[in-house]
Parts: sequence; structure tokens; C-alpha cells
Amino acid sequence: MRRFVLIAVPYLWLLALFLVPFAIVFKISLSDIALAIPPYTPTLKDGLGALLAGLDFENFVFLTQDDLYWKAYVSSLQIAFISTLVTLLVGYPMAYAMARAPEEWRATLMMLVILPFWTSFLIRVYAWVGILSTEGFLNQLLLWLGVINEPLTILNTNWAVYIGIVYTYLPFMILPIYAAIERLDESLIEAAEDLGCSRLQAFWLVTIPLSRNGIVAGCFLVFIPALGEFVIPSLLGGSGTLMIGKVLFEEFFSNRDWPVASAVAVILLLILIIPIILFQRNEQRQQEAEQ
Amino acid sequence: MNRLSPFNVVSLTFGFAFLYLPMLILVIFSFNESKLVTVWAGFSTQWYGTLFQNEAFLDAAWVTLKVAVMSSTLATVLGTMAAYVLVRGGRFMGRTLFSGMIYAPLVMPEVITGLSLLLLFIGIGMDRGVMTIVLAHTTFSMCFVSVVVSSRLSTFDRSLEEAALDLGASQFDAFRLVTLPIIAPAVISGWLLAFTLSLDDLVIASFTTGPAATTLPMKIWSSVRLGVSPEINALSSILIGIVSVGVITASLLSKRHAVRVRREEQAAQRVT
Repeated sequence: MRRFVLIAVPYLWLLALFLVPFAIVFKISLSDIALAIPPYTPTLKDGLGALLAGLDFENFVFLTQDDLYWKAYVSSLQIAFISTLVTLLVGYPMAYAMARAPEEWRATLMMLVILPFWTSFLIRVYAWVGILSTEGFLNQLLLWLGVINEPLTILNTNWAVYIGIVYTYLPFMILPIYAAIERLDESLIEAAEDLGCSRLQAFWLVTIPLSRNGIVAGCFLVFIPALGEFVIPSLLGGSGTLMIGKVLFEEFFSNRDWPVASAVAVILLLILIIPIILFQRNEQRQQEAEQ
Repeated sequence: MNRLSPFNVVSLTFGFAFLYLPMLILVIFSFNESKLVTVWAGFSTQWYGTLFQNEAFLDAAWVTLKVAVMSSTLATVLGTMAAYVLVRGGRFMGRTLFSGMIYAPLVMPEVITGLSLLLLFIGIGMDRGVMTIVLAHTTFSMCFVSVVVSSRLSTFDRSLEEAALDLGASQFDAFRLVTLPIIAPAVISGWLLAFTLSLDDLVIASFTTGPAATTLPMKIWSSVRLGVSPEINALSSILIGIVSVGVITASLLSKRHAVRVRREEQAAQRVT
């Protein structure tokens, strides 16, 4: 009996507040927009027969016909992909250096990586507004150094979005890679060097392949949330920055087109399923390797 | 081998500068006298003064705190239960679905979680406000709690619990007196994680709130959209300060705890 309660309480909670809401999103994505409250038809009140008869794939057809959505999906994928790559290039050397640091420093270095993660996401993104704007610190510094003659426009472009994503998701990249390199048996690298590898070759042929699981995990941890990101493109990006999270938010709050917003959400979810499954496979393989 | 090569020193220096300079600049310029946030005009704490007179911000802070305390406490209870079920529950019907529902919210884009919960609340005709935000936050943060707690539970030596049961403890007593103290650090960090996630959330709160409840991130968002303001810098600095003190204290405490545990283990070995 006690076991039943223990299972049932969290189970029912998640069913009611996680699974059922998805079913509703899916249902509304097949409905039509209506000038009513709630602004879609048919609703549950119309009875089950009318409910099922009123559903169609019209909104999905609409999404494929309108250029905006197609472009938003492609550009979200592109922005998420490039930022993940840059985050890896910035994060790997940091994770490597942390794992190779004297042991008594590692806890402090770890804390320094985790601290920004606890700090408000919104504030960390906001901090860049003052840095990247035309009169901002970056332009002031570059003008003073004489690198440029007139201020660069970075804020309100995709560049600012890349910087924002790399900045906020960097800890997610560093932590799994650090864990992978720290576990790595250093005698393997020594063996490679004894057998005639240069340090660079040993790094390329031993360290990188052995930290592969950490790299894959880090990339997914950055790519997946970056794809649906709303705050960064809205705050740092310009009107030309199309990302699907932003489109969904605006479709819902500004246009009040719930059926289309729901259809946008359903497609975003379908796109995400592939990387999520790949990520879970990687995690499973890692767990099996540990055992 | 454990010496830092020049390349490693450079990458750490630049990496941490990248992580910390933006926040440092934000804090420094919260003490700027000028309203222009990018030109230094002298030291002043006036923006902190105006911040504390701004009723709208104080109200929003109070709402946020209420939501965070309620949702993180609920999430800790539900998340710990879920972790127990995942690690100890054995087989039951729909186990795969259950673990799927625990892991899915961790990677779900906030816009989707927010949208789907809002549609649910409207569908069942629930009045939106503090309660609906609490429900929404509890749902996604209980998953984070259960991941943290279940990783601790799965490394836990079950024979300790069995020993307590053999010695006559009831199952509930064994949990209360043996299991809970051992997993307590994970439960506490789960609570802290849930608390921070709730404090921080903008997107899900924007979807699930009603006209009566505005949280601090929503308030910050609406003024940040208009550009940089010194008041927001001051508010951000206060939040950064609180988090830094909290994280540093927590890590010092856990370090001291680790040292004490090691010393006790050594002492125990000497006795035997």
C-alpha cells in the first residue's frame, strides 16, 4: 500500500502536469483559430464526435507554405549548431587545463565554473547588452586601441546571439568534458609518448578519442536548449534574428494564434527528438563503459 | 605532470575572464553616478536607494520568493519520492513512461513547457496567478531534484538499511533514521537547485501567470527590453552578491565536511 502511494503521487503529478498538457498542445495544433475564449475551435465542450471531426492538418500545411517558419527552423538549427561548435572550441581547452591543474586547485576551479550557472540567466544575458551596444564597452575598448575607426554594430545581430549562447552555456560544455579528461589514465599518454608520439599526436590520438563521451554529452547539453532559446535572441538579436522559440512566443502573445503556435511547438518537439535520443544513447554507452 | 603548461594558463585566464568580466562590469557600473550606463561619472549608491523605494520591484521580489519557496519545497518532496521509485521501486506498470517523464522536462524547451501548461490551465478553467506558477515550477524542478537524489541513492550501500531493519526498525524508521541522513546532502542541493531554477525562470512564469502576479524576472524583462538601466544593474548586483556568498559558503562547508569525514575514517581505521 505504501509502495503504491509512493509510486502513484509523483506519477499522477507528472501525468496531469506534463503528459496531459502535451496532448492538449497536440490537439489544439489540429484545431482552427476562432474569435472566442479560448480562441480555438472545436473545444471539449462541443462533444467528442464534433471534436474529432474538427481536427485537420491545416496548421501544419500553413507552416510549410509560409516562408517565415521554414526560415526560422533552419536558422535556429544553424545558430544552435555554430554556437555549439564555438562553445566546444572555447570549452575544451578550459576543461583540459582544469583537469591538468594541480589537484588542490581543481575544486576551486570547478566552483568558478559552476558559480555563473547559479546566477540568474536573464542577468547574465543582460550584462552583454551594455558591452555590445554601439556605445558599449567593447566598442570603446576597440576604438581606444585603434583596432577600428568607427563602432561596430554587434548588438541586435546574429553575432550577439552567438556570443550570448556561448557565454551562457559554456559551463554545460566544460563540466562533462572535464569529468571525462579527469578520469583518463595518464599513463596511456605517457605510453604513447614513449612509443614515439609527439605531445600533439598523443593529444590527438589518445586524449581526444578517450574524452569523446564528454564531448558528445557537452555538445548535446548546449545544442538542445540553444535550439528552443527565447531570451537570448529576443534580448541580443535583432528583428532579423529568426529563432523558433522567439517565433512561438510572438505567435502566441502578439498574434494570439494558438493553433499555429501549438503546431510550431509540435514541430520543434519532433526536431528535438532526434538529438535527445542520440544523447540518451551516449549516456547509456557511458554508463555501460563505467561498469 | 601536474604543472600547468603556458597554453593551459592562457586558456584558463581567457576563459574565466570571458565568464566573469561581463558580470564584473555590471556590478561596477551599478555604482555609477550617471544615468548613462556606459560612461563613468563617479561613485554613487543612489541607484540602490531608488531600487528600494520602487514598490513594483519589491512586490515582484516578494511574489518570486513565495513562488520559489513553495515550488522548491513541493518539488523536493515529489522529486525525492520519484528518485526512490526510480532506484528502489523495482518493476511496475508504466515504469518506462515514468522515467521518460522524469528525464524529458530536463531537455524540454521552456517555451513548450510554458505553452502546454498554460493551455492546460485554460482548458480546466483554473484562475492564473501565484498558484499556477507554483504548479508549473514544481513540475519541471521536481525532475531536476529526482536526478540529483537518484544519483546519490544509487551509490548508497543498502546493507546499512537492511541492518537497521534486522535490528528491529520499522521500514519508515529505517528510512527516517538511516536513509534520509545519508541522502540529506543530495536532498538539500536538490532543494537549492529547484529554488534557483524557480527564482530564475522567465519564460514558464510568463506563460502561466495571470494579471495579478508578476515575478521579478518578468519585471526585469519588461524594463530590460527598453535598454540598459542603472536600477537593473543595482538589482542584478544584489542578486549576484547573494548567489556568490551562498555558493562559496556551501562549497566551504562541504569541503570542511569532507575533511571531517576523512579524519573520522582515519581514526576508525586506527582503532581497528
